[in-house]
This record gives sequence, C-alpha cells and structure tokens, in this order.
Amino acid sequence: MDASSIKYIAIGLMAFGFLGAAIGVGIIFSSTVSAVARNPSAEGKIFKYAIIGAGLSEAMGLFALVICFMLMFG
Amino acid sequence: MSNPLEQFKIKKLIPLDLGAVDISFTNAALFMLIAVALVLILFIVALRNPAVIPSRIQNVGEIFFEFISDLLKEFLGEEGRKYFPFIFSTFIFVLFCNLLGMLPYAFTVTSQIVVTFGLGISIFIIINIIAFVRNGFSFFSFFLPSGVPMIMAPMMIFIELFSYLARPVSLSVRLTANMIAGHVLLKVLAGFVIMMGLTSGWLPIPVVSILIGFEIFVAVLQAYIFTILICVYLSDAVHMH
Repeated sequence: MDASSIKYIAIGLMAFGFLGAAIGVGIIFSSTVSAVARNPSAEGKIFKYAIIGAGLSEAMGLFALVICFMLMFG
Repeated sequence: MSNPLEQFKIKKLIPLDLGAVDISFTNAALFMLIAVALVLILFIVALRNPAVIPSRIQNVGEIFFEFISDLLKEFLGEEGRKYFPFIFSTFIFVLFCNLLGMLPYAFTVTSQIVVTFGLGISIFIIINIIAFVRNGFSFFSFFLPSGVPMIMAPMMIFIELFSYLARPVSLSVRLTANMIAGHVLLKVLAGFVIMMGLTSGWLPIPVVSILIGFEIFVAVLQAYIFTILICVYLSDAVHMH
C-alpha cells in the first residue's frame, strides 16, 4: 500500500462528511413542512428561515468537501 | 482530465514591485474593481432622476436598500441605522463578487480564502471594538450564560470562548467552500461533455444548465447568509450583555 493509494482511500473516507449535511438539511425541511402544515399563513417567514438554515447546515458538509479537494489536487 | 482547480489560480496581469513587497495587479484585483464599478454604475443610473414613484431601475436600487434596511430594523431596532453603510457595502460587495464569478471565463473573487478571511477577520475586529465601546468590561459576561451552576463555569467559559472564536473562521470558510465546491462541480461536469464525445456528449448539458441556475441561487443565498450572520453577531455585541 503506497502513498498514492492511501491518498485515494483518505479522499473516499473524507467524502463521508457529507452524510451529516444531507441529514441536517433533511431535518430542516421536514420541520419546515410540519410547520407550514400547522400554520399555512406563516409560510413566507418559515420558508425564509428554512433557506437560511439549509445554507448554514450545507456549509458544514462543504468544509469536508474542501478538504477532499485539497487531498485530491494538493 | 484537466485540473478543475486551475480556475482558481491567481495570475499577475501587471507585475509591480514596491521594494520587497509584491503589489502586482492580479486578476482577483481586476474582478474586484469590475464588481465595484458595476455597483457604482447601477446606483448612479438608479438615482439619476429620482422620483417618488420609482422608475424601473430606481426600483432595483430601492429593493437593495429596503432589503438591508428591513434586516437591520429586525435585528438591531432603530439604532441599526448607524450600521447601515457598513452592512450594505459588505452585502453588495459579496453579492456582486459571487454573481460575477458565474460569467464564463470570469474569476470568482470570493473563492479565495484570503479575500473572505480578510473580510471575516476585519468584521470580527470591528464587532469586538463596538462591543467593548458599548459595554466596557462586562463584555466578558457574554461567555457565561446566566443560570449556570458555578461548578461548570470554567468548562462553559472555555467552550463558549472557542465557539466565539470560531465565528469569523466559519463565516469565511462557509463562503469560500460554497464558491469552490460549486465551480469545481461545474468544471468537472462540463469536462464530461468533451470526454463523452459527439454521440453522448449532449447528455451532461442539461445537468450543467440546471447546476448553473442552482449556483446563481447559491451565490445570492451565501451573500445573504453572510450578511445576516454579521447582523446577528452585531446584535449580540450591542444588546445581550
């Protein structure tokens, strides 16, 4: 097992970081749907908060992606 | 397959030297100047013949103004007007730099960690100075939430301090990582078009088009999240101490 194959294994392991981001965005939108179902007239504000929350949660997964790219091309 | 990270390379357009310091005019500087020029042109044209009933282009200027004004009023109340030029310039600069990177052959300025970290750390320093000027030394009571038993206090202060110091880092890395990830994904998928040749090379094209639309949405959203988080940190510094 030389250095370059371990590098590819490391990149593959690093890609698991996205699992957290995907689950996080899923949870955010599931509560958004529940909230809009309870109170359809508040859809504007709830959707705005959902988009902000999705952006913040996706960023955590993207930190893992940046490390993947650094491993792949650096 | 060619390197998708090559689009982020900084090229010196006009090499200049000030003694030992390298101050060449790079493509990053060029695109920052283009973004600022576009903003100036937009607002000069929007305010050329101001009317109470806005014309179409004046409406665009008013949309930007009201957007940030409502944001500040929601988070900081009436004294938010003082911080309006600062928040507005940050939002417009990040928004235009992000959107300018979506044009073909353009360089995305905010994909460089040095640009976003520079913005993030200077905003962090500004917010700390504002917090010290407004609250004095009771600023440090921010790190100990009320109603915590004194046994856990040292650990709580430690954790709160580190999560406070992580704020500028996360703010800047969030913006950079979103821009880098979006553009690398676009380049990789566009490379497939050439790689798959004439027979099935048209298959990735609709995917790339949809992704470009999504990237424009992410560019606007990330500028908005950057600004809203600065407003939240500012309201933390001003109010809850």
